[in-house]
Amino acid sequence: MSAKTLVVYLMAMPDTPDLAAAAVDAGADVIEVGFPFSDPLADGPLIRRAGERALAAGMRTARCLEVLAQIRARVSVPLVPMTYASIFDAYGWHELERDARAAGATSLIVPDLPVDVRPELRRVQLVAPTSTDERLRLAAAATDGWLYLVTVTGTTGARAELAPTLAPLAQRARAVTGLPLYAGFGIATGAHARAAAELVDGVVVGSRAVEAAESGPRALAALVGDLRGGLDTA
Amino acid sequence: MSVTRTFGEYGGRYVPETLIPALDELESAWASLRDDEAFLAELDELRRTYAGRPTPLTRAARFAPEQRVYLKREDLMHTGAHKLNNALGQVLIATRLGKRRIIAETGAGQHGVATATVCARFGLECVVYMGSEDIRRQAPNVERMRLLGAEVRPVEFGTRTLKEATSEAIRDWIANVETTHYVIGSCVGPAPYPELVRELQRVIGREARAQILEVEGRLPETVVACVGGGSNAIGMFYDFIEDADVRLLGVEAAGAASLGAGRGGVLHGARSSLLADADGQIEDAHSISAGLDYPGVGPEHAWLRDTGRAEYVACTDDEALAAFHRLCETEGIVPALESSHALARALDCGADLVLVCLSGRGDKDLAEVLRRER
Repeated sequence: MSAKTLVVYLMAMPDTPDLAAAAVDAGADVIEVGFPFSDPLADGPLIRRAGERALAAGMRTARCLEVLAQIRARVSVPLVPMTYASIFDAYGWHELERDARAAGATSLIVPDLPVDVRPELRRVQLVAPTSTDERLRLAAAATDGWLYLVTVTGTTGARAELAPTLAPLAQRARAVTGLPLYAGFGIATGAHARAAAELVDGVVVGSRAVEAAESGPRALAALVGDLRGGLDTA
Repeated sequence: MSVTRTFGEYGGRYVPETLIPALDELESAWASLRDDEAFLAELDELRRTYAGRPTPLTRAARFAPEQRVYLKREDLMHTGAHKLNNALGQVLIATRLGKRRIIAETGAGQHGVATATVCARFGLECVVYMGSEDIRRQAPNVERMRLLGAEVRPVEFGTRTLKEATSEAIRDWIANVETTHYVIGSCVGPAPYPELVRELQRVIGREARAQILEVEGRLPETVVACVGGGSNAIGMFYDFIEDADVRLLGVEAAGAASLGAGRGGVLHGARSSLLADADGQIEDAHSISAGLDYPGVGPEHAWLRDTGRAEYVACTDDEALAAFHRLCETEGIVPALESSHALARALDCGADLVLVCLSGRGDKDLAEVLRRER
């Protein structure tokens, strides 16, 4: 069985390059970089608060791109900026895609942009337990490299248990695509990661990673090590 | 005819994938119900026997002695504002969809009260999100919602006003979409909401057009309505759009002028004209009126502005307060602070025959007015 992929989400801040390097050393395979937005509809309280702090620290789009380039200089794993439609609309859809890729982005995630809106923007598509099979097919056909399975009907944030909605979603997604499936929203521990890895090819850890990152690179590395261990024993 | 999803470059569906099937379901239900005779008859019956429609048209001769100003009296409808037109229609649709849980956001509290009212009438669970700053400003409406059996959930982050209440309602909907219908309170949000809310509010302009033709024998020169999210204005304007000689004048709060001072951006599921900075971060709105204190506006208004069919002007807090007092003292009508913005511009719009949407009554605003003037 091939190794499972661990995607770690970090909010763009001046110290994110150090954090990203620590996460990669501890076993992260992909770094998702959040560009903060004032009104993040898909995010629960932890990422929302991290976004508020980032905005208060002056992390606007141009500064986020600088941080992205600094992360690129430190690590060689894929980097995927995640931000909202309003940020693209203001910067220019094509221009932000171009500048993000120039700064080292491998792809993009836009959580308030369903597959049929702005199809020309190449990005990782998200699907949810409520997605119909037809929409799973649309998303799989359009996605950039892998498909992001939202495990729950809800916003980002750690949950006590892995959502029971992931298994049927993973099964339906497998039926329409051979692309890698990575699950996110609510995955916070090595045990969650191990359980998810029975169903999918990788996991995305956001809120819990943002929380650990607040305590510095060592705390983040400990969390990433736990998640890596969970995935590798699956 | 299909449901309108975009208005020029505005509108659309900028929401997480989780909500798309629910929006599709709502759109398809609306596409059939808007022409369904049984549904329309039930809605019409409720409007007449429960809501108190048609609302009257009142000449405000002492308020505007130099002009012929008519007020469309949405303040006289049950619950005291035009918001009930939308809540009645949407809750009726929700019952057809089999949804037993209703959520809503509210700013001034009028939409929350209207939604709580209709939920009580139909025996549905009702949760209303309201910013804690608005809870402070609009205390009587909070008590009314609780009296009607609704749960009012305070929103304690960000601006603590309508913007954050709307975001929280959308997040609740994302988490509970299979059992819940979201009764959005204005002509904002992802498609099909802007069209749906417009069509439910069109009854205002349809009645007013017939009423002013009956009393004056001609169309008004200018139609005036206040604009926060823009639902009373779109409902008032829509049946006059084909009347090219009728000037349509929307009035925004000076500190919340998303049309007058905004730029293109995406908020709460739609692209529209917003108060936002050059990076697309949404800025705070500021108004004495909680119902206008919103940095966005319905996408159809942005389109009407760009095409030139409607004009949008601003009104300061002080101008709105002056018009508020003037209507109280000259006509014996206490207007909502929101509607007072439209009244102020009706007096100086330069037209003789003017139709104003008096979108709500001002009982809810007394404490805020007294606090400001003390």
